[in-house]
Amino acid sequence: MNLLDVSGLTTAFMTGRGEVNAIEDVSFSLKEGEILGIVGESGSGKSVTALTIMDLLPKPPARVAAGEVTFNGERLTGLSDRQMQQVRGPGISMIFQEPMTSLNPVFSIGDQIMETIAAHERLSQADLRRRAITMLDKVGIPSASRRLDDYPHQMSGGQRQRVMIAMALACNPKLLIADEPTTALDVTIQAQILDLLMDLRDEFGMGVIIITHNMGVIAETADRVLVMYAGRVIEEAPVATIFDRPMHPYTRGLLECVPSLTEDKPRLVAIPGTLPEPARRPPGCRFGPRCAHALPSCAAAIPPLETLEPAHAAACFRAKELAPA
Amino acid sequence: MTTPLIEATALSKHFEVGGGGLFGLRKPATLKAVDEVSFTIKAGETLGLVGESGCGKSTLGRLLLRLIEPTSGRVAFDGNEITGIGRMEMRGFRRSMQIIFQDPYGALNPRMSVEDIIAEPLLIHGARMNAETRGKVAQMLEKVGLPARALDRFPHEFSGGQRQRIGIARALVLHPRLIVCDEAVSALDVSVQAQIVNLLQDLQREMGLTYLFIAHDLSVVRHISDRVAVMYLGKMVEVADKATIYAAPLHPYTQALIAAVPAQHPAQRSRGKRQRIVGDIPSALNPPSGCRFHTRCPHVMPVCRETAPPLRTTAPGHQVACHLIDP
Repeated sequence: MNLLDVSGLTTAFMTGRGEVNAIEDVSFSLKEGEILGIVGESGSGKSVTALTIMDLLPKPPARVAAGEVTFNGERLTGLSDRQMQQVRGPGISMIFQEPMTSLNPVFSIGDQIMETIAAHERLSQADLRRRAITMLDKVGIPSASRRLDDYPHQMSGGQRQRVMIAMALACNPKLLIADEPTTALDVTIQAQILDLLMDLRDEFGMGVIIITHNMGVIAETADRVLVMYAGRVIEEAPVATIFDRPMHPYTRGLLECVPSLTEDKPRLVAIPGTLPEPARRPPGCRFGPRCAHALPSCAAAIPPLETLEPAHAAACFRAKELAPA
Repeated sequence: MTTPLIEATALSKHFEVGGGGLFGLRKPATLKAVDEVSFTIKAGETLGLVGESGCGKSTLGRLLLRLIEPTSGRVAFDGNEITGIGRMEMRGFRRSMQIIFQDPYGALNPRMSVEDIIAEPLLIHGARMNAETRGKVAQMLEKVGLPARALDRFPHEFSGGQRQRIGIARALVLHPRLIVCDEAVSALDVSVQAQIVNLLQDLQREMGLTYLFIAHDLSVVRHISDRVAVMYLGKMVEVADKATIYAAPLHPYTQALIAAVPAQHPAQRSRGKRQRIVGDIPSALNPPSGCRFHTRCPHVMPVCRETAPPLRTTAPGHQVACHLIDP
């Protein structure tokens, strides 16, 4: 059984221009202990996908227009707020990009971790404290018992992200969603936090979804990859396949436009144009207007996500024809 | 030897912070954002400047243009010292030195049309809004790849990448010689970032520009730079040509920085294979004694805690500040 099944998920937002689908027909699954990377640029819908799974979007303006989420055999779509609260924490937990704003500045970090645990388990104050210290220890905060009474402003950005991870893992979730967990961090700290996430996955065996715009973070962590563009999944494959045999022209473009750390390239291969806003998406294939291989017929219909080889799917009418032999 | 286009000598910027308090009793502390930094950039060259947050790289860029005044040290532009000269005289140099900022949203006045934004530097330097000025603006707009119909639009009508093109047009309209690019592509999506990097390189060739390219993304810096300088807590720790610094970095901090860059293919995953530096960047308000990197350095020796290593030349064009390296 899969830990998580997302099928046909469509989330719409009411805007000044009418209802707009932020994500459309998003389907994927995740096994226990697996790390799924979701990669995409701004407006691709990767964060909305995560927030829809967590049921954290304000309704209205958001609305799940179609599809469903099944977690651990239980259908989450349609659960009441109260029932959903029981899933968040011990079931699914999430960490965000901004470790600065995700912590409450007027409570000590110990209080915030203990509050999370106390919301789901009946434990004595002393036991809560012990659990919080164990968690801080696990995420690599030195002299955890002393730091427990520190406030967020007394910690560095990297340490705050460690505290966020400690909080997210305090109830032993089966699934951790990390939304751009290292984007606000310096590169030496990013490497430490990615190592930590992988270590914790090995120790606790939870499933992990890492959402990022950085192909490097994907290369470092993911087992399987979902590439999103303008609200839709356009390619899905095991991580090595994505890097070695990308089938969608957008995935190829994403890999080619990053400069190399070891090779000289005279010029970067840029993708022309810009990402479409959700309310102004082109008809047919959303990548069509920026695609070097687009045909007039690409604008006629949205290409479905089609399995082209085992475990490898792409949403491009010309994927087979363009694939390197 | 030809005169470098820009030469900084023992440049420092110290900020007094945290003073005041009740009755002004609290003593201010000194934050050494940039501490005795010396370097040169040749005409037509791109010097990449890297380092993590708080290392002083943006402050250094602003010091070069005298957007902030140095506490001590000198800056010479094309052989002329510009530290200490008067405002009117400085204005003459300002034409030749411009800056492109990171945030394409915050750097453009939302109430000005694109034409007014790009024309502003010309007007400040004495031009009038006439046919000639409009012609220069239109020409610049075309150079940065924006359509002529963009002229009477406003910044909010453009995407991040297009706004950065407007910022570049504004910086280049006076035909400057030196451009400080302060995280100029960092806020852009990768597919758009590549377009702007290509544009900066095309314009450099076409207009003979010299760049100080400040960024934290090491692969972008490698791509665009001829030489690379690395800063840590206000000090320059290593300078070399890009091939040397990426293939054979000498300073342990440069080594750690490069080792921390995520892999470009899952087969090169670094976890468990590459050495990681532990801990966080210390506060610049209370930097470690001796070598500022000694608290995180895997090769720390007793001398590192006491004496700050000077930046020494180890090979032609390669300078390092580390006690491990014999000159």
